Amino acid sequence: MNQDIFVAIEHLRGKVSDISYIMLAATRVLAQGTGGKVVAIVLGHEAQDLARNFNADQVLYADHPLLSDFIPEAYQKILAGIIDEYKPRAVFFGHTTIGMDIVGGISAQLGLPLVSSVRTIETDRKLVSQICGGKIMAECELPEPTALITLVPGGYKPELGQSPQSPPITAISTQMLDGLRIKLNQYIEPETSDVDISKEPLLIAVGRGIQNQDNISLAEDLAQALGGVVCASRPVVDQGWLPISRLVGKSGSTVKPKIFLALGISGAPEHVEAITGSDVIIAVNTDPAAPIFNIAKYGTTVDLFDLVPALTEQVKQTKG
Amino acid sequence: MVITEITHTPSFSEIFLTSLYKGENGERFRTCLQCGSCSGVCPFGYLMDYPPGRMIAGLRADEFDLVMDTDTVWMCVSCYACAQICPSKIPITAGLMTRTKEELLLAGNVPSELQSALENSQRYGNPMGESPRKRADWTIGIQPQVTILGKDRHPVDILWFVGDYPSYHPRVQAVAKSLAKILNVLGIDFGILGPEENSDGDTQRLAGERGLFEMLAEKNGRTFSKYQFNKIITSDPHAFNALKNEYPALGISYPVQHYTQFLAEYLNQLKPMLIKELSANVTYHDPCYLGRVNGVFDEPRMLLEAIPGLKLVEMAHNHASSLCCGGGGGGMWLDGFQWEKAHVRLSEWRVHEAVAAGANVLAVACPYEPPRFEDAIKMTQQAGQLVVKDIVELLAEALG
Amino acid sequence: MNIIVPVKLVPDLVEELTVDAGGTALDTAWLRLIINEFDDHAIEQAILLKERTGAHVTVVSTNFEGIDDLLYTAAAKGADRLIKLNGDFESGINNHALARALATIIRDLKPDLILTGVQAHNDLDGSIGPLLAEYLGMPYIGYVSGANVSGEKVIVRKEYPAGLIGEMQAILPVLLGIQAAEQPPRYVAISKVRLMMKTMNIEEMDLGALDSTGAPIVNRMFQPEAAERAMMLSENADEAASQLVTIFKELGTL
Repeated sequence: MNQDIFVAIEHLRGKVSDISYIMLAATRVLAQGTGGKVVAIVLGHEAQDLARNFNADQVLYADHPLLSDFIPEAYQKILAGIIDEYKPRAVFFGHTTIGMDIVGGISAQLGLPLVSSVRTIETDRKLVSQICGGKIMAECELPEPTALITLVPGGYKPELGQSPQSPPITAISTQMLDGLRIKLNQYIEPETSDVDISKEPLLIAVGRGIQNQDNISLAEDLAQALGGVVCASRPVVDQGWLPISRLVGKSGSTVKPKIFLALGISGAPEHVEAITGSDVIIAVNTDPAAPIFNIAKYGTTVDLFDLVPALTEQVKQTKG
Repeated sequence: MVITEITHTPSFSEIFLTSLYKGENGERFRTCLQCGSCSGVCPFGYLMDYPPGRMIAGLRADEFDLVMDTDTVWMCVSCYACAQICPSKIPITAGLMTRTKEELLLAGNVPSELQSALENSQRYGNPMGESPRKRADWTIGIQPQVTILGKDRHPVDILWFVGDYPSYHPRVQAVAKSLAKILNVLGIDFGILGPEENSDGDTQRLAGERGLFEMLAEKNGRTFSKYQFNKIITSDPHAFNALKNEYPALGISYPVQHYTQFLAEYLNQLKPMLIKELSANVTYHDPCYLGRVNGVFDEPRMLLEAIPGLKLVEMAHNHASSLCCGGGGGGMWLDGFQWEKAHVRLSEWRVHEAVAAGANVLAVACPYEPPRFEDAIKMTQQAGQLVVKDIVELLAEALG
Repeated sequence: MNIIVPVKLVPDLVEELTVDAGGTALDTAWLRLIINEFDDHAIEQAILLKERTGAHVTVVSTNFEGIDDLLYTAAAKGADRLIKLNGDFESGINNHALARALATIIRDLKPDLILTGVQAHNDLDGSIGPLLAEYLGMPYIGYVSGANVSGEKVIVRKEYPAGLIGEMQAILPVLLGIQAAEQPPRYVAISKVRLMMKTMNIEEMDLGALDSTGAPIVNRMFQPEAAERAMMLSENADEAASQLVTIFKELGTL
């Protein structure tokens, strides 16, 4: 039986996403366990150059004009064909707006087992998934014959999925892609905003705990005193209290600041995955059992409404 | 000649007005003099597109659908100032403001902050969305152990209906603990419902959710009937109002007192135990639903005056003219919304009054107030060292 | 236009979650179920489409505790038809089994558009939307935060990171995985829900035999160790603030 592990590489508008490298890193661990090769699959149009610096043994590249941008139906069809042909031991997909759109259909179409929300691979080929807002872990054996796996970030650093060399690329032919019912019309950029939070070194994040729009000024005051920028988790942006450009998390930005001060944020995975690149996370949450304390370096259960004004005051005094 | 009958389809205003007449004392809406006192005394009247008096005018002018397009009725904090001052004794708060909020809710016109408080109340039995199982966690560590009726199924003399905020809010849990202490030193045989207690529902009722109120009341009623007790006391004027004035109409009727009334009866026993001096100027904020609505003014003051060294000073607005803290009628869950409209908080006005009265301590008797007033003090520079304490916290301190 | 909204109940995270004695599943003793947040958004999006186009909306769900309330609430928001599915799923039901069974039932409802939440927090074998779409032979687009029907097409806004939107169109029938409705789920007064209890009927159907092929077998379920748990600072606001200032100085921020 083929023991190779395949990775469905994700790219968006000419750039390979971080999750692809995280997957390659995870795949290395799994491949050690099965003794197979790491094979990266890239779908696109005139996009061979994307397949650079992968920590993989081989790249399979499929080219077609209709693959130049992600269209769920098209990517699903091609990948299902590749998987059915090569029958690898496992295939990694990103637990993302790209991977999750297609892996289910492939599982149903080919009758292959699917394990989602996987965070880490154990050396004996066990998969550990993170569910229920990060409160529960589930461990499964690597199912047979071809396991489809969706990977969430946080278990492996993207650097481990990169390599100074590029693996050999094999071009593969694609089947016909006519009769597609989905079409991409256009991309719509978010309104240009004042800051790009993914580039800011000091972020102060507000979550549900901030309770209402007015209280955000407390965070703004602290941000101003410290020289940082305010960002937010999904509930705050959904309410319209901050623009979407300030959203940290799935559908928002992944951030890598030096300091990430989380105010009233519980630490649900879809938010946390976007901040694990931070150097130092400081968490303020009145619930001592909040999952955020498991990834923060420092924490306190002081109510943010008491802490933030006190901190702002002391920072101002220190700065003189 | 053929005479065709012209059928008259009642307008929304007519339908609504007719429904108001059917409410308790509703005929008095016909006697509105348009004197404007209600709009004048309303703390947020100046901000509303349609303050109470103008609403009634709008109803009479068949223009009430215009009111439905505005959202300023959510500024109403159900403080009863309008109903209290009305020369025609029109039940404006419950009869009009609440009914208008009901209509807006039915039409889906509800601020999102309030929406979550209502959804949480329905699902978890408290507006904060905390697990019902944790409702009695505040009692952990108290000696002697607080009787939770679901576990210790024996009759008690007093059922203490604790309330949402004293059960869950960290600041107000201190008030609950203080009352437990006082009840214990007095040797009162009491119990609480703990996880079986649901929100009394009164504020939700005044915020326009009649259905939710009835659901919560029915749940509480069923729980009450499981246990044996002689009287209900509560730390919450809103619960007091609900249990005394609203629950009986649903067939749930028990003798009920606010804790200040209950403790006042034990003053002879309590006073000698208050040995620690508290030399401070203390001003008492009459909560709307204890004072203005239910006429309880003296007992809280009696309790305060029993504390040695304490000097009672009155604010400019006191007794029936007391200024609302802004928490009623849904205001507790509309802070962001009301701030956007007013850029001022009623609680901050009240803090100014406390400072002007020369008070060191602002004494309260409603669980909404410690967090509201403490937040207001942080925002009010002149407030200086003013502290907020529930009466029962001061009594517990005076025990020494 | 016929819109179907399959919805799920999931463990309410407000309550403590514990693993049962067997070690492979959640302890159901204290488990409370709540509507999957994303399915709530799917219902809202369906009602919005109904308001714009006069579509017919059917909400369908498996029979778990609390389902009646969920369905009547959907009706109070505007859903036209309510279906409750009975079956043997005491110990839970995974998405592969549910999707296969739902496909049989939904096929007969002749949907033009199916909206369901893009994921549920207790999903372990992928999310239900793409599975259901494949069994029904429909295309699927997920992470949708806006949809408009225009003739035979639906035009959707698909969410990408950093606020980027991919506007896609698909020829009906289509299944959409909803990330967020165009407005937050509306409030519905309890009196309206109670009215629905008196006037609406919940149809019951049998789910049929369940086939879980494709779902993983859980070896063990556990709560994560608080590995490298945060160093906890003072519980006093001023002290904690002072400690943070020291930390900021160490990190070179101050």
